[in-house]
Amino acid sequence: MNAPTYNFAYLDEQTKRMIRRAILKAIAIPGYQVPFASREMPMPYGWGTGGVQVTAAILGPADVLKVIDQGSDDTTNAISIRKFFAKTAGVATTTATDEATVIQTRHRIPETALNESQVLVYQVPIPEPLRFLEPRETETRRMHALAEYGLMHVKLYEDIARFGHIATAYAYPVKVNARYVMDPSPTPKFDNPKMDNCPALQLFGAGREKRIYAIPPYTQVVSLDFEDHPFEPYRFNAPCALCGAENSYLDEIVTDDKGSRMFVCSDTDYCEGRQAAGHHGSLSAAPYKEKAQEVSNG
Amino acid sequence: MAEQNPVENDEPLLIANSLSKSFGRIHACRDVSFELYPGEVLAIVGESGSGKSTLLQMLSGQLAPSAGRVSYRMRDGVTRDLTTLGEAERRFLFRTDWGFVHQDPAQGLRMAVSAGANVGERLMAVGWNHYGRIRDTASDWLTRVEIDVARIDDAPRTYSGGMRQRLQIARNLVTEPRLVFMDEPTGGLDVSVQARLLDLLRSLVAELHLAVIIVTHDLAVARLLSHRVMVMKGGRVIETGLTDQVLDDPREPYTQLLVSSILPP
Repeated sequence: MNAPTYNFAYLDEQTKRMIRRAILKAIAIPGYQVPFASREMPMPYGWGTGGVQVTAAILGPADVLKVIDQGSDDTTNAISIRKFFAKTAGVATTTATDEATVIQTRHRIPETALNESQVLVYQVPIPEPLRFLEPRETETRRMHALAEYGLMHVKLYEDIARFGHIATAYAYPVKVNARYVMDPSPTPKFDNPKMDNCPALQLFGAGREKRIYAIPPYTQVVSLDFEDHPFEPYRFNAPCALCGAENSYLDEIVTDDKGSRMFVCSDTDYCEGRQAAGHHGSLSAAPYKEKAQEVSNG
Repeated sequence: MAEQNPVENDEPLLIANSLSKSFGRIHACRDVSFELYPGEVLAIVGESGSGKSTLLQMLSGQLAPSAGRVSYRMRDGVTRDLTTLGEAERRFLFRTDWGFVHQDPAQGLRMAVSAGANVGERLMAVGWNHYGRIRDTASDWLTRVEIDVARIDDAPRTYSGGMRQRLQIARNLVTEPRLVFMDEPTGGLDVSVQARLLDLLRSLVAELHLAVIIVTHDLAVARLLSHRVMVMKGGRVIETGLTDQVLDDPREPYTQLLVSSILPP
């Protein structure tokens, strides 16, 4: 049986042109949500249909693609999307951040600093930062148009009134290029400072909501805050248990039902790179011990 | 402000010039003209369907008149036609120099966010960026409208009707507007709560030297709060004058009917 043949990168050329136009407009107006005619993709909404369409539109045969899901290269979502483009576009794929030219991400920015030749594509579930404060889309668009962003601070005010500090930990609102308030997709606020003045182009695609927005390279991105409650990135106060990194974003992994837990880098490529370079954490020998046991048992 | 600039106060704050509004064949409002001066309270009374609310919406720039125009003297002293204002300017005016008290507080408040944030929203909208100061101002205003400061973090949906209405007033007055529109502010409240609210409104209006346009069908409210009364019927203003004069010595048969239909205390 013949394998089905696809157009390069799955989408037809007209669709890619339409998406590229939206991307160009988004780059021209940093932070502005550009509507686009989102297509049905062979995956459910919520699995990155927006990001996949943006990636498909910008991918060229010479590109090297990396896909991460919560920082990890080896989760179902990341592997499926990587395989999808390996099959439909025949592009090279990688897990190494510095080898990639296009990085599609769900909720993290790689720890390794990005450069000018890279494009970061975010999968966005809810592009509208004002959504849960003002349910009317007509009204939020008007508020964006008139730069009426007092309401955004109402949310931060509520956080402080309720919890004593700004408790928003992800999807933390930012102001792009001193004009549009933008939802940076549900990245942890730890990553917000990396968006500011970033050399790489950052594109955001929301498939279900049919919106594309962008942060061009070297654009100012400021996290909203109060003078007396300034923005603070959050990180668990521990080194990575596998590579000992003190400054990377950590995932908490519960290891038993007695309250034990370990903290490991959420960015698997960064963590593996450090381990290969000889860095150790408190638990880094554990996997090798298990292997040794297997050998002795078998 | 009144003391600082007596000359400026000789000029009207708001001028309505032969305002008319028709919806198809229905003339909701016909040829209404008046001038409102700073610190003056004008009551618009009349039965349901007499065009009061349409008039209020036109005056506050929410509805474009079919004919005539509304001019407002901005804070910089220049009188401008409301229709020539851009949307951004009009919305800015609405959340700084104007207030709008709805009959139903749920329309004027954000029911799901705390009272403090409700009062602080206008301040944040004009660029206040200091949590402590916003909160202090909010508590100060809650005290002024007689709401227990301990309830600053409670959402208005946990408030009683009277408290909601007072919170709505605080939310509107926090930017020290010069003109407040009120649409039946005491409707739906029981009599003792109404009396307290009116008392509060009267003292705030005097203290802040507010100009108020209040729409009501309750003549007692008009008598207690307003300096001048406009009586509307069928979209027209049929009688206008000082409150005491109109209510004690009504000339038009309809006004006489309206006044005589109040039960004697």
